[in-house]
Amino acid sequence: MAATEPRVWPSEGLTRVPYWIYQDENVYAREQERIYRGATWNFLGLEAELRDVGDFKTTFVGDMPVVVTRDERGALNCFENRCAHRGALLCLKDRGSAKEIACVYHNWTYDLQGNLTGVAFRRGIKGQGGMPEDAQPESQAPRKLRVTTFCGLVFATLSEATPPFERYVGAEVAARIRRVMKEPVRVLGGYSQILPSNWKLYFENVKDTYHASLLHLFFSTFRLNRLEQKGGVIVGGEGGSHASFTMMKTDSSGDEYERAGMRSVSGGYRLEAPQMLDSVDEFGDGVTLQILTVFPGFVLQQIMNCLAVRQVLPKGVGRTELVWTAFGYASDDDEMAERRMKQANLVGPSGYISLEDGAATGFVQRGTQGAAGHASVVEMGGRGVASSESRVTETSVRGLWQQYRKHMEL
Amino acid sequence: MDIELQLTVENLLARYVHALDDDRLEEWPEFFAEKGRYRITTAENFERNLPLPIIYADSRAMLRDRVSALRHANIYEAQRYRHAVSSVLVERIDARTARATSNFQVVRIMHTGESILFASGRYLDRICIDGASARFEEKIVVLDSRAVDTLLAIPI
Repeated sequence: MAATEPRVWPSEGLTRVPYWIYQDENVYAREQERIYRGATWNFLGLEAELRDVGDFKTTFVGDMPVVVTRDERGALNCFENRCAHRGALLCLKDRGSAKEIACVYHNWTYDLQGNLTGVAFRRGIKGQGGMPEDAQPESQAPRKLRVTTFCGLVFATLSEATPPFERYVGAEVAARIRRVMKEPVRVLGGYSQILPSNWKLYFENVKDTYHASLLHLFFSTFRLNRLEQKGGVIVGGEGGSHASFTMMKTDSSGDEYERAGMRSVSGGYRLEAPQMLDSVDEFGDGVTLQILTVFPGFVLQQIMNCLAVRQVLPKGVGRTELVWTAFGYASDDDEMAERRMKQANLVGPSGYISLEDGAATGFVQRGTQGAAGHASVVEMGGRGVASSESRVTETSVRGLWQQYRKHMEL
Repeated sequence: MDIELQLTVENLLARYVHALDDDRLEEWPEFFAEKGRYRITTAENFERNLPLPIIYADSRAMLRDRVSALRHANIYEAQRYRHAVSSVLVERIDARTARATSNFQVVRIMHTGESILFASGRYLDRICIDGASARFEEKIVVLDSRAVDTLLAIPI
């Protein structure tokens, strides 16, 4: 980025998002410090992934590599995946089970809480070599993060100032998490989608209820999610967390889309095998679709009986890794397991209603090159941040920028 | 070695990838039996016995729905694939059924000219043979990588 562009937030406030925010290396570095390593709860995974003593997984908090473990006392720990000695990755596997963790470089060892327990040849060999008596290699030990769990979801923060999780997301969003994480879960598998865009473009996309039925034509073609159907948007915490929900009917009779002449109703298409969409109301509230986010990088999804968590990981200014983990409940029978498999067609990199998101965020990243001084217009549903019954709104997108700007002091 | 069976299977695989690469997607379901199963998964899920698919169909009708959505509903930039299939191992199960394992690589060519190695992996096929016709009863596409670049629209 040339330094010729102004780096001041547009005077309109939350209704304008300047394009330099998705392009600037300095902004990216500041986000790592102020957001990911600041007072936020970062999603690490499901407790179901770390069921037994000794189980570990590696993941990231922003750019920072971390190890997550279940220790001998059954507690979850998270610490930097960085050796106190030379800074090498401590743990090279994605997941596994261990009694201790040893750095491969010089065999320094750590317990499952991330404490340095052994320095190879610390006292030398036969009185030769070794470290001075007063050496303090522990001073550079991997940092420990504070871990919290909420309904089987695991989050961590480096900051002492991060509020308790439920206050952080707000009571209403917390209730919407409880709704989906209502009983013990079973992991069904995972994959990653590499998005050619800045992480914020994806996080906005998930919060943007306005785009859902306009970009994802599969739903509207088969009349599954049209904005005239009942639902709502809840904005929680400092604005950066949200839940949107829809009560779908498969035979919506409204004609708003037809009258507006929109591309989303090209009409006449029918599924030959509609049993893919046969769903059960496992929550007993008629809500067929709920999308929920927690700032800065967590998504919880219920699309009919297709349940998943998504972790949004920044991989540089213009690249994002979206880590999907699908789950069902431990109580699922074979019929429900098969149903979740079929509905998995709706999501992921080939998802009937999600494959466009990877491309669309990339279109913005590419479209705004050369327009750092311009801004996107975020005025659907007004100019404020508030929960809404209508989903023709960008209220939760404005909520994201409200919390983001507070952390970034922008 | 059953040379005739080997050639039948290799011919089926060759016709299958040419149909995909030539954008003859409407022909794709015809390579499967009426109740044929198709599943794309990752090596990681496959080895851990985790059922999550990237694409899953258990009938030709579901495959036709996928084509119909790609043609009329889903939005993605113009792109083509070039498949290379190799190391085809064939094993006869009974008079009408064979199992085949082969390797594939898929180059994705975007309309912008950008060309990347989009996917590599294995086809694990169960094939029914009836005289001159051979179809997939089951085709499991096991991707080597757990990550997919941007989106996976056209089948593999």
